[in-house]
Amino acid sequence: MLSSFSAEILKLYKRPANWTILAVALILSLVFNYLVPYAGYLGADNERMAEGILAGMMPENLVPNSIGGFPLFAGALALTFGAISVGSEYGWGTLKTSLTQKPGRMALFAGQILALAVAVATIVLVIFAFGALTSYAVASSQSEAMDWLPVMDLLRGISGGWLILMTWCLFGAMLAFLFRGMALPIGLGVVWILGVENLIVNVAAALLDFADDLQKFLPGVNAGSLVAALGGRAGETPGVNTAVDGTQATLVLAAYAVAFVVAAGMALQSREVS
Amino acid sequence: MGKPLIETKNLTKRYGASIVAVDGVNLTIRRGEVYGFLGPNGAGKTTTLRMLLGLIRATSGSASVLGHPPGHPESLARVGSLIESPAFYPYLSGRDNLRVVARYAGVPKKRIEEVLGIVDLTSRARDKFSTYSLGMKQRLGVAAALLKDPELLILDEPTNGLDPAGMSDMRELIKNLGRGERTVLLSSHLLGEVEQICDRVGVISGGAVISEGTVGELRGRGSVLVKANPLDRAREHAEKLLGPERVEESDGMLRLDADAAAVAGINRELVNASIEVSEIRLAERTLEEVFLEMTKQGG
Repeated sequence: MLSSFSAEILKLYKRPANWTILAVALILSLVFNYLVPYAGYLGADNERMAEGILAGMMPENLVPNSIGGFPLFAGALALTFGAISVGSEYGWGTLKTSLTQKPGRMALFAGQILALAVAVATIVLVIFAFGALTSYAVASSQSEAMDWLPVMDLLRGISGGWLILMTWCLFGAMLAFLFRGMALPIGLGVVWILGVENLIVNVAAALLDFADDLQKFLPGVNAGSLVAALGGRAGETPGVNTAVDGTQATLVLAAYAVAFVVAAGMALQSREVS
Repeated sequence: MGKPLIETKNLTKRYGASIVAVDGVNLTIRRGEVYGFLGPNGAGKTTTLRMLLGLIRATSGSASVLGHPPGHPESLARVGSLIESPAFYPYLSGRDNLRVVARYAGVPKKRIEEVLGIVDLTSRARDKFSTYSLGMKQRLGVAAALLKDPELLILDEPTNGLDPAGMSDMRELIKNLGRGERTVLLSSHLLGEVEQICDRVGVISGGAVISEGTVGELRGRGSVLVKANPLDRAREHAEKLLGPERVEESDGMLRLDADAAAVAGINRELVNASIEVSEIRLAERTLEEVFLEMTKQGG
């Protein structure tokens, strides 16, 4: 498994598309959590409003600022990352090259999943690091006090963010294993994240009791609830909600992650590679 | 005679109820030989090779590769392969692609430079795979197959798409690789290629192996063509020498069922009988003729 992991890491590191995904996730995070609010702060009509905006950019809000976009836009990017990492192996035919080397299918699969987990952790850490630098710069420029988060809160935020993005990444990877390609999994996955869950939550749940119950077990809803449990602003940030508590959200997301891994592993193990 | 490295028994692959891609193939490939797997396009060559590598599963029958079931990590560690077209990451350089393959295979980094040298790709190793010509891609595929310094090399149509010079280089390379203890299983639809490279040949048609043997065995005994004057007297003498059943006349020449060792004696006999011999030569059947005959019968 370690040999596969090392090969997968090399591929992920060298692939320009992965750096593009990281850059887009980072830029979106910084623009909507710091740049836009900072512009709003500079042009605010009254002092109270300006203070409220500035407070939102301070280091103590690093966790909600960093993971606020994870249920939706960063989730869609993580799904795309998972789908292209697996799906292009089918498109280029490189899966047969990998499978005819030493490791067996499951060792190769384990290495692949582990490498994705490390890559997603890297994405989360980079977003947190740049968020921290930016909030430090804003606080310094405005001579505000720097109240950094307790380490445990920070670790909880990073872990929660990793779980959310990893679940979406595994969703994309699983779809790529099932459909043996890249385009359809990305299309279906993004439609699910940005469209289907919204329709269930905002339309079906209002009309049907079972849809109201069902929404509490949807990955996107639970991702939004986990962000809220970690300090995210429900109702203000798209996708962040208080439909369930933090413990349930964590358990449901973990269950989805495990289910996606099992389904993907079964697909790779049982199918022929042509 | 070497130990069998590959053995298949009634290996069969069906797709649905009606398509039989491989039909009860029995193969025995021994250590140290270069074995040609010859057949027209769609005959079942690639499907058989994919089964041997564990990429697809047999519907029935069995196969053993280096003493293990197909796709077993123990056997894959000792097998190098190039199946159909070489498949690599377009955004990586040739060298980085080999680094990826080497990591999967657990091969030390220094081996990468060695195989790049063997296939003569060192000077382009830093360029992206997507910029390679077809010939360079094939050579990188062979380099990847050689990374493990494998006991068994499985090459599926390795000269496909190459220009004549590239084909010639590739054949020379395969010949060299097949020297010594290494076993090579080469699939091809090109008779000349198999004839030049292989020690033994299995002919597959319609999913079934229809003949197996050395190139010489498959060709069968050759014949001797004689142009003589007068032809009827030459025929009489030839029949006296070889028996009437081994002499026939075609296109104004005699075709004698005899081998190279008999040529001098036939010539002497005819000349001593004051028959004018203007041409006498061996006419071996080409593998192509044999192959077409076999596949016609098989089909």
